[in-house]
Amino acid sequence: MSLTLNARVPGGALADKWDKHRFDVKLVNPANKRKYNIIVVGSGLAGASAAATFSELGYNVSCYCYQDSPRRAHSIAAQGGINAAKNYQNDGDSIQRLFYDTIKGGDFRAREANVYRLAQISVNIIDQCVAQGVPFAREYGGLLANRSFGGAQVSRTFYARGQTGQQLLLGAYQALEKEIAKGGVSMFPRSEMLDLIVVNGRARGIVVRDEVSGTIEPHLADAVVLATGGYGNVFYLSTNAKGCNATAIWRAHKRGAAFANPCYTQIHPTCIPVAGEYQSKLTLMSESLRNDGRVWVPKRREDVGKKPGDIPESDRDYYLERKYPSYGNLSPRDIASRAAKEACDDGRGVGPGGRGVYLDFADAIKRLGEDKIRERYGNLFEMYQRITDENPYAVPMRIYPAVHYTMGGLWVDYNLMSTIPGLHVAGEANFSDHGANRLGASALMQGLADGYFVLPYTIGDYLATARPESLAADASEVKAAVADVAARTTRLLGVKGKRSVTSFHRELGRIMWEHCGMARDAAGLTKALELIPSLREEFWQDVSIPGSGEELNQTLEHAGRVADFLELGELMCRDALHREESCGGHFRTEHQTPDGEALRNDAEFTYVAAWEYAGEGQPPILNKEPLVFENVRLAQRSYK
Amino acid sequence: MNLTLRVWRQAQSDVAGALVEYQAIDVNPDMSFLEMLDVVNERLISAGDVPIAFDHDCREGICGSCGMMINGVAHGPMKGTATCQLHMRSFRDGDIVVIEPWRARAFPVIKDLVVNRSALDRIIQAGGFISTPTGGAPDGNTMPIARQASDSAMDAAACIGCGACVAACPNASASLFTGAKISHLGLLPQGQPERYRRALKMVAQMDLESFGGCSLFGECQEACPKEISIDVIARMNRDFLVAAVAASEERSGGDEG
Repeated sequence: MSLTLNARVPGGALADKWDKHRFDVKLVNPANKRKYNIIVVGSGLAGASAAATFSELGYNVSCYCYQDSPRRAHSIAAQGGINAAKNYQNDGDSIQRLFYDTIKGGDFRAREANVYRLAQISVNIIDQCVAQGVPFAREYGGLLANRSFGGAQVSRTFYARGQTGQQLLLGAYQALEKEIAKGGVSMFPRSEMLDLIVVNGRARGIVVRDEVSGTIEPHLADAVVLATGGYGNVFYLSTNAKGCNATAIWRAHKRGAAFANPCYTQIHPTCIPVAGEYQSKLTLMSESLRNDGRVWVPKRREDVGKKPGDIPESDRDYYLERKYPSYGNLSPRDIASRAAKEACDDGRGVGPGGRGVYLDFADAIKRLGEDKIRERYGNLFEMYQRITDENPYAVPMRIYPAVHYTMGGLWVDYNLMSTIPGLHVAGEANFSDHGANRLGASALMQGLADGYFVLPYTIGDYLATARPESLAADASEVKAAVADVAARTTRLLGVKGKRSVTSFHRELGRIMWEHCGMARDAAGLTKALELIPSLREEFWQDVSIPGSGEELNQTLEHAGRVADFLELGELMCRDALHREESCGGHFRTEHQTPDGEALRNDAEFTYVAAWEYAGEGQPPILNKEPLVFENVRLAQRSYK
Repeated sequence: MNLTLRVWRQAQSDVAGALVEYQAIDVNPDMSFLEMLDVVNERLISAGDVPIAFDHDCREGICGSCGMMINGVAHGPMKGTATCQLHMRSFRDGDIVVIEPWRARAFPVIKDLVVNRSALDRIIQAGGFISTPTGGAPDGNTMPIARQASDSAMDAAACIGCGACVAACPNASASLFTGAKISHLGLLPQGQPERYRRALKMVAQMDLESFGGCSLFGECQEACPKEISIDVIARMNRDFLVAAVAASEERSGGDEG
């Protein structure tokens, strides 16, 4: 190992660490803050909240997003809600309980101190959002309402109809726009970060391509924050937005930032299945549907072509109820996803391509009446019908699992700083809080915690300690990074091959889904590690990118992202192959209990795998951060 | 099914554009409208031609990136539906589909169907927020908010900022967009301290950005993928009027003093 992974977790009792740390961190004098420039890449929950808060504190901020407005970041699509340990319901919630649920939900693969801080901060987030005017759901008495969510026995999820992410993002976006108007933030929409500038071992800026003019320019700063989201689009089909990409974190990785636990991906069980080859993305249907829907497939393969209504009760396999009698249709996400895959692998999947299972509301409608079901799920049923043209009140829904979230990301210490000093990483882009599996309604919590409440403290500590020296725009490192990006763009445009970017992306997605998806094994991963490099080679010889680099060229943008996915996918498979255990979203079929549950190997794998880039063509170097559990006891999860 | 597309092609903002005809062959009715364009683009790319540029991202009707005039209708024929959620089953074999960008002076074309909507961000910058810096907020339950107020605020807050209201308006007015934000914040107690100032500043910015005035045609609410009601414009006008009268009284009071 060549990297030192110092997590910089403060000493003292778990509950006191953050308070103590906030006192210990160095402060930047208000008069000096305006002398510092901070770059924030990404304008989702983590990026917008960080940029706005930095500016409120007095720093000079530049914020970048690839979309035409910061309001469009994919945080906007989160439906369900945001967790907070408010205990407004008086049902026994506490910071300790949210901490424990999150650690356990992550299958004991997250860092205790970070998760505890997240639970502590959760309560401040709700207050901040209410003050900004986020229209959270309320009771008739005017107080905030809560709903229940997976992985918890208390009701702690705050929500704004089915658009919680949208409302939280608009809150952060409006705070950002307020700071833009004040002159504290310069906003760069339609701008893509294509490289990180590292000078004397510190992150000092980024290379940005203006998507409209095609200009490639360096932007310098005293510290850089990446809040660029997850890398689920490596699978091509996912619930991510089309533009979501890993380029920023991948470029930073290649400049020296360790990439932690890349194989931890969350696959959500209830999405609308793939309808055809033209499919461009997948749409999530809220997990709450499993409260009243029953999941089944035909018992016999020859029945898959029949209309569901023609298959009698006795010929149906309600496989979740059969295999998990006590949790039944409410089995956790990873279990439900894997069971659906098994049924379809067995040739009993329904719908086009045989990759779907029924989610049937007939019994619930019989029991409660159609009106009650409409009241509970009306908007979801309508969305389903809009996409599939089928009436789910009359015929069962068809669902199938889809890639939804990536728990892995750039390695960060307690201060959310990567292995490159000055490079901080927030939100889904880092690996920090969810271990091997994220609980529902926790992504929004983490993004806003990082941006509003963690980074504003820790980045000041970095600046006050490191005191970055001034840097000339024509420094050799800056020129070299710009030249690298320009050369790469020229190389992409120069291939002039025959195959479209999308076709490469789709093929990579198929490889990843098949071999590094819901269930993985050594043979499949080894095969993927052969297929991906050869696909990558073909990409660089045969990709077709019409148009030039000096204009809006969406194909060129996509090509750059796919080129990075073709490298990241390989690292994911490598990580999945090395982790000889099953935990959370990482299920290795070789490692399961006799009844098919995930089997962890705590003795050998209670660590964060932080991969270090070793150069073109060289295998990456594995660094390990041991996970020490002082406050919880490691236990096997059971759902029988 | 097979369709004939007439798509606005414009290489960049300062050159002339024109409608160009393309054939969309073997269209599956279950495709979304954008997936149909994807297929057309794939075919263009394989022929070495430059594909049609259009903004899109989440493809589930919430990010507000996509938007085009489809046969003269913003977001196409389905009510309450963004372009990405429109499916080809809304069309028939042999249809001719004319696809154009949003047309408004405040939304200059960047390329093909992609327009610059940054004017909407600047309207928010003018006052579409509650000034509450991070950290000082009281407990979320300190102030009970009537459910009705919260629900009405949410109805207005559902705006996705796509710009369809502007594109649909004969005057290219941004009143539905601006009114939605003024209503969202003005309906909540947290939004009261800045309510009138907000209305004055946002309306002034809207005028600066060369959006047209509102003459209550109501085309905007027909085009809105989130079905935001034109009532928000009435609320905007009321707040603006109160603010303008107060401001002018303040000015004349100042003169006398």
